Amino acid sequence: MNIQQMAQASQLTSSPLGSQITVSNVSKNYGAGDFTKEVVRDCSFTLDAGKLTVMIGPSGCGKSTLIRMLAGFERPSSGTIVLDGKPITGPGVDRLVVFQETALFPWMTTYDNIMFGPRARGEDTPEMRAYAEELLQKVGLEGFRKKYPAQLSGGMQRRAELARSMINKPAVMILDEPFRGLDAMTKKLMQEYYSNLYQEFRRTTFFVTTDIDEAIYLADRILIMTNIPTQVRTVINVDLPRPRHVDDITENDDANAIKMQALSLLHEEAMKSFARGSKAAADFVDAYAKRMNKE
Amino acid sequence: MAKAVALKAFNVIGRDDFWRGALSIAVFLVFWEIGSRSHALFGVAFPWVSQIPAPSAVLRELVILVQEPSFWMSALLSTLRVFEGFFAAMVIGIPLGLAMAVSRTFYGITFPVFEVLRPIPPLAWVPASIIFWPTQELSIAFVTFLGAFFTIVINVIGGAQAIDVRYFQAARSMGSSTWDIFRRIILPATLPSIVVGATVGVGITWAVVVAAEMISGGGSAGSMGGAAGGGLGFFIWNSYVGGSYTQIVAGMISIGIAGYISSAVLRKVGKWVTPWLSEG
Repeated sequence: MNIQQMAQASQLTSSPLGSQITVSNVSKNYGAGDFTKEVVRDCSFTLDAGKLTVMIGPSGCGKSTLIRMLAGFERPSSGTIVLDGKPITGPGVDRLVVFQETALFPWMTTYDNIMFGPRARGEDTPEMRAYAEELLQKVGLEGFRKKYPAQLSGGMQRRAELARSMINKPAVMILDEPFRGLDAMTKKLMQEYYSNLYQEFRRTTFFVTTDIDEAIYLADRILIMTNIPTQVRTVINVDLPRPRHVDDITENDDANAIKMQALSLLHEEAMKSFARGSKAAADFVDAYAKRMNKE
Repeated sequence: MAKAVALKAFNVIGRDDFWRGALSIAVFLVFWEIGSRSHALFGVAFPWVSQIPAPSAVLRELVILVQEPSFWMSALLSTLRVFEGFFAAMVIGIPLGLAMAVSRTFYGITFPVFEVLRPIPPLAWVPASIIFWPTQELSIAFVTFLGAFFTIVINVIGGAQAIDVRYFQAARSMGSSTWDIFRRIILPATLPSIVVGATVGVGITWAVVVAAEMISGGGSAGSMGGAAGGGLGFFIWNSYVGGSYTQIVAGMISIGIAGYISSAVLRKVGKWVTPWLSEG
């Protein structure tokens, strides 16, 4: 049985493409009384089954808060998040988060990290071990199974983390800026790598980033978020054929049109937070100006 | 290639460090020897150092001492007391520290008492300990225990509270139960702090056991008379009372060596239980 068949066999209960998540009128406030801070306001969107939805928005706009609510670590102040008709009430194996910086357990080897989920659920079976081996090969870490995370490079750590999530066959994968902090070359390789993995597994995916090129390269759909309190500003469908190539994106006219549209929207949102004195937004505006000069 | 160069560089530094260390000790011994013989050599007694027996005399004393069973009995007795106190501190301190870190309620109830008792120096406990515990042996062991206990607990609490919340989130997402999180996240994540606490704690234990032996008169064995196994602390005190200065210094050096061996053993064990920290 190959990896894809195994993944599909385990998904007989739900759609082979994973689940659908519907976020309806979700708001999230922190603090109370006069100190209330509204982070997410009346936010609605859908993650379609088997589709890769990318969320992009200015730094500090509340993207991570949305992720924590989708993962079930936090509850919305109002509104509902529904997965295949059932409201989300807590964390679950059906929704796995790959974090911004590596959250691999430093005291476990690559192999033990990957087997963490199955062992947590008492599924340390021969089939699972075989699947772990296959995933190790898939992410090119079969020679590093006995290494600890500190012995792996940044790119290897991200791949190990992808494998650690995928072994649990989540119906939805949530990736919170997974390639942030990697050098440009590794980042590009990881994007291609991830794109191929996605194509093979076709799992419902929610991918958060601040990198517009990454968004266009990976997405079926891009959600452009507003400044804090965050809402969906615009939804852009990316109907570029797959498989895609990183370098094609810069030359494709459709992709460039999407990019210009997205950049001008993001620029507006960044200016708003710039007006509030956000350092992150100022950085974004600078980067934007440079980029526009280059085009 | 780069690794081989780095390895070579490391070896050179390692060898340099060894010779620097050897030189440092040799110079120290030479100055000490000259200082303590200053009256004979220069006709002028240097202040302070001239009162101390020369290293050569201490060495002769040590050679005699290591052939005497009573000296080994003293060393063994002190080692046993250190081990008892240290072992008890680990067995009680680690679960207590973990419980305090994990449960906010338990922390709230126990931490104030802990923080009031913690600053009391272990030696301040000696008189009370002699009164409260039925035997001198127990009172010395108790004071030794206190020496390591607070350090271990503080380190365990600090280590467990500093665990990155994402580890818990990741584990819970992947279906971990509370027990599984404790066993596979909290325990290994706290292990490096436990090792630090233990290594620091065992040093304090040696300091405390020697002082406690001096104050209490070496426990039951000491009260039977002589240096026949009252512990190294009592051995030093007894040498002082008997006026044998070379024995005092020999006893001090023995404690230094014993403390060094204890720390070295703990560092080795520590490395062995936390392999992910050393394999780079």
